[in-house]
Amino acid sequence: MIPAAFDYVRVDSVDAAVAALTEHGDDAKLLAGGHSLLPLMKLRLAFPSVLIDIGRIEGLSYVRQEGDQVAIGALTRHCDVNASPELARHAPLLAYVAGKVGDPQVRHRGTIGGSIAHADPASDLPAAVLALGGEMVVTGPSGQRVIPATEFFTGFLETAMSPEEMLTEIRVPTATAGHSYQKFVRRAQDWAMVGVAVARYDGTTGVSLVNMGPTPLRAAAVESALASGASAADAAEVADQDSEPTGDANASPEFRRHLAKVLTRRALEEAGL
Amino acid sequence: MSILGNRVLRKEDPKFLTVGGTYVDDIGLAGALHVAYVRSTFAHARILSIDTEEARKAPGVVAVYTAADVDLGPRPPEMPMFNQAMTRSLLADDTVRFVGECVAAVVADTRARAVDAAELVQIDYDPLPAVVDVETALRDETLLFPAAGTNLAMDMTFGTDEHFMDGCEVVVRHQFLNHRVAPCPLEVRAASAEWSPEGRLTQYSSTQAPHGVKSGLAGALALDEAQVRVLSPDVGGGFGAKMGTYPEELLVAWMARRLGRPVRWVETRSESMVGLGHGRGQLQEVEIGGSRDGRILAYRLNVIQDGGAYPAIGAVLPFMTRTMLSGVYDIPKVEFNSRSVVTNTTPTVAYRGAGRPEATAAIERVLDMFAAEIGMDPAEVRRRNLIQKDAFPFTTPTGTVYDIGDYVRALDLALEAADYPALRAAQKQRRESGATKQLGIGLSVYVEITNGMPSSEFGAVEVRPDGTVVVRTGTSPHGQGHVTAWAMLVSEQLGIPIESIEVVHGDTDVVPRGVGTFGSRSLQAGGVAVNQAATAVVERARQLAADLLEANPDDVILDKVGQRFHVQGTPAAGRSWKELAAEAESQGGLTAEVDFTAPGPTFPFGAHLVVAEVDTETGLVEIKRIVAVDDAGKILNPMLAEGQVHGGLAQGVAQALLEEVRYDEDGNPVTANLADYAFVTAAELPSFERIAMETPTPVNELGAKGIGESGTIGSTPAVHNAVCDALVHLGVRHVPMPTSPQRVWRAINEATGKASA
Repeated sequence: MIPAAFDYVRVDSVDAAVAALTEHGDDAKLLAGGHSLLPLMKLRLAFPSVLIDIGRIEGLSYVRQEGDQVAIGALTRHCDVNASPELARHAPLLAYVAGKVGDPQVRHRGTIGGSIAHADPASDLPAAVLALGGEMVVTGPSGQRVIPATEFFTGFLETAMSPEEMLTEIRVPTATAGHSYQKFVRRAQDWAMVGVAVARYDGTTGVSLVNMGPTPLRAAAVESALASGASAADAAEVADQDSEPTGDANASPEFRRHLAKVLTRRALEEAGL
Repeated sequence: MSILGNRVLRKEDPKFLTVGGTYVDDIGLAGALHVAYVRSTFAHARILSIDTEEARKAPGVVAVYTAADVDLGPRPPEMPMFNQAMTRSLLADDTVRFVGECVAAVVADTRARAVDAAELVQIDYDPLPAVVDVETALRDETLLFPAAGTNLAMDMTFGTDEHFMDGCEVVVRHQFLNHRVAPCPLEVRAASAEWSPEGRLTQYSSTQAPHGVKSGLAGALALDEAQVRVLSPDVGGGFGAKMGTYPEELLVAWMARRLGRPVRWVETRSESMVGLGHGRGQLQEVEIGGSRDGRILAYRLNVIQDGGAYPAIGAVLPFMTRTMLSGVYDIPKVEFNSRSVVTNTTPTVAYRGAGRPEATAAIERVLDMFAAEIGMDPAEVRRRNLIQKDAFPFTTPTGTVYDIGDYVRALDLALEAADYPALRAAQKQRRESGATKQLGIGLSVYVEITNGMPSSEFGAVEVRPDGTVVVRTGTSPHGQGHVTAWAMLVSEQLGIPIESIEVVHGDTDVVPRGVGTFGSRSLQAGGVAVNQAATAVVERARQLAADLLEANPDDVILDKVGQRFHVQGTPAAGRSWKELAAEAESQGGLTAEVDFTAPGPTFPFGAHLVVAEVDTETGLVEIKRIVAVDDAGKILNPMLAEGQVHGGLAQGVAQALLEEVRYDEDGNPVTANLADYAFVTAAELPSFERIAMETPTPVNELGAKGIGESGTIGSTPAVHNAVCDALVHLGVRHVPMPTSPQRVWRAINEATGKASA
């Protein structure tokens, strides 16, 4: 469990991080909590030549309400997202989901920005932000830009960020009309075999799927069925419609599709639909 | 008041809870080199060439070895009952036979450099067809060892009676796979070796049996045993898998000799998942026959045991399965046949229970199927067939002699504690309401064998002139608590408090002989040896005191509270332990050594009841209750015993529900880390409800049986039965282990005629 050799750079500001990314390009990886990256490096499945440690940048760990949105700093740890009173009040789905990530050690090291930038389709937080219709604030050499969650996840472990950009903030709308996260695991600490997140806000219902394709997926068919008045049970029947689940030792694609429907129905019902 | 039977806190724990233990990898040896092994990435392949040039040139590399360099030669299987042509080279020579087999060793000045350089070793393989399952192996189409002419490593077939089931009104047959599991000790394997200028080897080893490692090293390296010292410091678990000497450990000693420098090795978890032996791996054809009123008349088990790539202990375990074949039941006729085969997978070894869980799982599961077939409550079928308590010693049809037991009472205690009728009522209610989450109630009544093949164990007790005691034991604790337990035994005999009693183990220079800790043998072998040594020391001291007091030894008594000997009735004139030890110093000390061999094994037994909730939509199983009655005879320290039972229950539940070593069709392991391998955690388990029951055995003076493996043996079938019981009303006959959500879902679909893939 020894990673391949790499250079280590510690930066103390977003600008310095972006400068380092610009200098090293594709060979570099940002290191925040390290709970996605380091295991891959130790297994030698990832071998960046430079690690840029952003863990000590000040001012990137926060949760604050801004108008009808809640803004979360990229370095906010899962445990702090989970315990945030602002989120509990304004976007309880996100707080709840953060409490379901991994185990206590992971939640005390891992960061929301790291989890979302890593873009693992089996992770919990990307799907939660997707269900909430959130957006990502990324910072690059030419300043900030905002990417809607629906456009952020572009492929397996791939995002719409360019190599020299860094995720600095996550914004989600206030969503208090009901929520649910159904995480299907055999063990508490596992990645979801399948997961379904539901958030209700502004008279609409956002539904997203975990581990049902190469990226976290928005269950658009369910959302439109609901919008045209379908019952929770009926809407859930189309949960797998645009998904592309793969098979593994735990579940065949067919079993995943079945689970997606069952869990979507349960999530919608728990969210009050 | 006796200290025995009390919940004495572990003497070991202050260290573990403060500064932590000292494991092999914590011991730095001056000037030590580090080894990284290059392991096969193919399950079965010929090695065409190995290019070590780049690795040799890498920074810090001192040596790179392949089979061509190792002059120790291929070794035939250690046990004579195996096909002796199935030899193993320490580093694979012309053929690799499992993913994870060592092909080359890279030695460097740091561990990181060794690991980096290991990546530079280029091996050219010519892939051969992989034999992954036992039935394929048995067909002998692809041979792992062409020279052996067969994949059959060991044949233990006794024949089949065509009329075996004659006279049975009901016969139930099924095939069970008692699947492979990974022992997963928290401390992975580690070894380091250092040679003295005089040619004496000191080896540090994470093992359950230091003296066995000593013999193994001496044998492999052609040394006199006196030239080898083995030290096993704190050991973080073994579960049976750390009993032998693995090639990696032998090579560490060989390389240290060759290089003239200490060599250290510790494996990663990923290596451990393929390099450390696996447990179980038994394909079972089970047949049970009986009458409609629930009497079992005939029981047959045919086994194919997966030995993995090189036959080791795992391949011989069907023998233990046969020993415990008919379990707690009085069955007139039994039949057993087994064949052990080699496959292109990690070799199988002993793992918690080792052959007995397989026996219990088979009979306990098929008994439930039999009960379902005749429409009788599974508890009632068990009750009608249990061996009665006045039948002991009881000889089974396979010739095993059970010492003592009361199986009916164990079952009754479990049923009572769980309120069985109420559970059945709750189950009925859920079935009638068509609830999504159905309740299952699973039973298992078991008996197992501990100290199965009694061998001598060493124990010594010495009272030092300062009044403290040193105990030396040949057992090798790795979590069991012998330091506390042996101190309790000695304290009981001598009256000296356990704080003043030191227990020494795991150093073959200090403990002259020993066998080690496995097969739930330690208390009834090593504990009895220590107890007898303590008794002998008391007698010696009494004699000495009598001489000094000019009294008849028969009149001299030990006042345990005052920790001194005196003539009965005249306590004023006496001699303390301290005085006697000082007096004895010139005569070789106040010490006694005992080598004790038990007259026979003991047979712990019990009953487990598990309540499971099964989500019929998702297939997810949640264990709600585990009620466990485990009778291991007289209990020395209930807290230690509970610790053993709790760990055993967790691992037993894990096999039924979660853990399974899997390979793809090419023999690639797909569960080689703890993310993919569903190692159980506390979060998946309920609080255990343990019901005390103690039936002392007449086999030893402590009345004690082993407790290390019972929890595992009893719990797996109880969980398995609970899951199946939750679904029986839906027409589900059986769900294979581990009962994953997908398997449960498929079983329900199959029973209800729905399509599933």
